[in-house]
Amino acid sequence: MVEMTGAKALIQALEKEGTEIVFGLPGGANLPIYDALVGANLRHVLVRHEQSAAHMADGYARIKRKAGVCFATSGPGATNLITGIATAYADSSPVVAVTGQVPLAMIGKDAFQETDIIGVANPCTKYSFQPRVATEIPEMVKKAFYISESGRPGPVLVDIPKDVQQATADMKFPDLIKVRGYNPVVDADLSDMSRAVALLVKAERPIIMAGGGVILSGAFSELQALAELLMIPVVTTFKGKGAFPENHPLAMGPIGMHGHAEANKIILEADCIVAVGARFSDRSVGRFDEFGKGMSIIHMDIDPAEIGKNKSVDVALVGDVKSSLRTLVKLLAKKIAKRSADNPWLKRRKELVQYYAETLKDYPREITARKSLKKLRELLPANGIVTTEVGQCQMWASLHFDVISPGTFFSSTGLGTMGFGFPASIGAKAAAPKVPVVDIAGDGSFNMTENSLAVSVLDKFPVIVFLMNNYMLGMVAQWQRTFYNRRYSGVHQHSCPDYVKIADAYGAQGIRVGSMQELDKAIKTAMKSDVATVIDIPIDPDEDVYPFVAPGTGLKDMITGA
Amino acid sequence: MATAATQSGSWYIVTALVENKPGVLFRVTNLFRARNFNIESITVGSTEQKDLSRMTITTNSDEKTLDQLVKQLRKLIDVVEVKVLDTEKTVYRELALIKMTAVDPTTRSEIINYATIFRGNILDIGKETITVEITGTPDKIDAFKNLVEHYGIAQLSRTGVSALPRGVEL
Ligand SMILES: Cc1cc2nc3c(=O)[nH]c(=O)nc-3n(C[C@H](O)[C@H](O)[C@H](O)COP(=O)(O)OP(=O)(O)OC[C@H]3O[C@@H](n4cnc5c(N)ncnc54)[C@H](O)[C@@H]3O)c2cc1C
Ligand SMILES: Cc1ncc(C[n+]2csc(CCOP(=O)(O)OP(=O)(O)O)c2C)c(N)n1
Ligand SMILES: [Mg+2]
Repeated sequence: MVEMTGAKALIQALEKEGTEIVFGLPGGANLPIYDALVGANLRHVLVRHEQSAAHMADGYARIKRKAGVCFATSGPGATNLITGIATAYADSSPVVAVTGQVPLAMIGKDAFQETDIIGVANPCTKYSFQPRVATEIPEMVKKAFYISESGRPGPVLVDIPKDVQQATADMKFPDLIKVRGYNPVVDADLSDMSRAVALLVKAERPIIMAGGGVILSGAFSELQALAELLMIPVVTTFKGKGAFPENHPLAMGPIGMHGHAEANKIILEADCIVAVGARFSDRSVGRFDEFGKGMSIIHMDIDPAEIGKNKSVDVALVGDVKSSLRTLVKLLAKKIAKRSADNPWLKRRKELVQYYAETLKDYPREITARKSLKKLRELLPANGIVTTEVGQCQMWASLHFDVISPGTFFSSTGLGTMGFGFPASIGAKAAAPKVPVVDIAGDGSFNMTENSLAVSVLDKFPVIVFLMNNYMLGMVAQWQRTFYNRRYSGVHQHSCPDYVKIADAYGAQGIRVGSMQELDKAIKTAMKSDVATVIDIPIDPDEDVYPFVAPGTGLKDMITGA
Repeated sequence: MATAATQSGSWYIVTALVENKPGVLFRVTNLFRARNFNIESITVGSTEQKDLSRMTITTNSDEKTLDQLVKQLRKLIDVVEVKVLDTEKTVYRELALIKMTAVDPTTRSEIINYATIFRGNILDIGKETITVEITGTPDKIDAFKNLVEHYGIAQLSRTGVSALPRGVEL
């Protein structure tokens, strides 16, 4: 036992959890925490807006597969975190957010900068803590990490009243903790497993639909083993993009609203869907009632509440997909030999891929979304990390940027938070400093958190903002073109701002390109740069994203735009 | 308030053992609201274990919604155990306090008569009101309420259902 303040205990507890970096911004209610940071073994990155701190912690977490940490003061500091926390929640990302709170005696008195942040955050946190005495801090922090990182990961909030941060006490740092009501299942039930094996043995056209759970679990080689034993097509959700190498001969890319045409097509022809760590979101499956009709569905998920939520399934394997896939492959291999690549189902795959490659034409311009993203792929090493903003830029990334090395791509998918990509790319760079990191951005989204340029410059995170600039809230404009007879409302950005000057003002590098050749050069320059680079790429505001499955319709109603 | 299978689906009693600490009831009710679960009644109270509370929830749901309700409840960190009770193998009771306006002697004696038949207690008699306590299944309380409604119910307060499995089943 050692005597120290609550704030010091927080910092030590974080260090004990292996935290190397925290993203945050101070204020009155977390001054003691900031004071305790002086001389600590933690690197603190000062943000310019707390939303970005949460996104940075989230981006860090998605690459490290360990909780990212962010700090904010009470009231407005804490509420600024909320968008970032909700984003992490929607994508099951482990983030530990530590907020200052007004002193205990002031709680409930409408004190200055008092917000009931636990109440506000409740619907978008996995759990939250508010220590009432300083000695509770070490155990609560340990539990916060355990809950955040285990099972289905998610954000956890630790809200610490200022007097609890200041109080001095003998601290005990527990090695073991137990949370009575929380016992995530790791290994799926074996009888369910044998039912899954039986279904797969007799299925003629099985297909794998890999989701975000595969990436969260890091079950890449296990997934590949299943696919290569059965020799069947692999589609993903958008969140699962890159769970399977997209240059693999079995890969077909994401399905869904803006899925790859061949992926949307082939899943309709399957007779058995193996959903691996996917939650049947409306964006991936179109209509719940139509999707998978007449097919058998095997659902592997760690969260029992996902089973039957959107889709009734034939067999549920509740557990970590890493363990489930291993067992499944082992049991299957006892029943069947590795299947041949020369099978009718894979022939069909090839046919569809070829058909759409010939049918879907690019937009007729010198620079297009497709061409610029293919160029990026060509120049970026396979281990380069890519994240995105939200909108057309994001969907173009999904369609035209192939992820080769599993787990190197992520995006705000569940919440679709504009402004996520740039700070998240900084978080990713913090987690993997040696690897080039690119944010495939839209102008509207980049506007929302572009002040993180200060962080990228001052804290030396030389990421690349690949700005697909149509000076338009392009995705909304596309919907207005399609569903509102081109009545544009609130979507034009009127060539404002000048992104090269913005970059310049922060001491970063801005490059505007006018041709594919210049783009080639700019990407190469950016990859060598030791400051962040914004590559401003003009995109025609009328360029649409296709294919498109309109909301409320099924995958069979896909419009290819051809 | 609807009781016994007046809405679509069936009537279920769900019990949950939850950590006895601040904010738990908030987390549970917030979950019901956020996921649009239709709850008929919810009661919370202490149990045989000091650090656990028992919640009893009644709901009219179809099976799919009930399944989600149970799973989402289990997912809450502070919820230790959730069970759907088989109403056949369960003892369950609700308590209602019903205050009626009753001035003339005939009405008063009729009310007292009904209360006796329903094994209720007269808790309070004033010049203009009678307050009756009825304990029983929600159906029984509904039946009493229907019987006396035309006298004029001034105030009514129901506790919601409290339940335990019969016999040795735990
Ligand atoms: C503009 C826009 C367009 C979009 N268009 C599409 C689209 O066309 N297609 C599409 O698919 N999506 C699209 N999305 C994304 C969509 O909103 C969902 O976020 C996404 O489909 C969810 O994918 P998921 O089910 O794989 O992932 P998640 O939300 O990550 O769910 C993961 C599942 O895996 C489980 N899990 C977690 N960890 C483990 C583990 N270790 N073991 C087992 N299971 C685990 C979780 O419990 C959860 O059920 C779009 C988003 C935006 C913003
Ligand atoms: C914070 C937030 N506000 C609004 C939206 C709704 N929205 C979705 S896409 C989009 C347009 C994004 O514009 P931009 O970043 O320029 O990308 P583009 O579609 O033009 O490629 C908007 C406004 C959102 N997803 N997030
Ligand atoms: Mg735009």
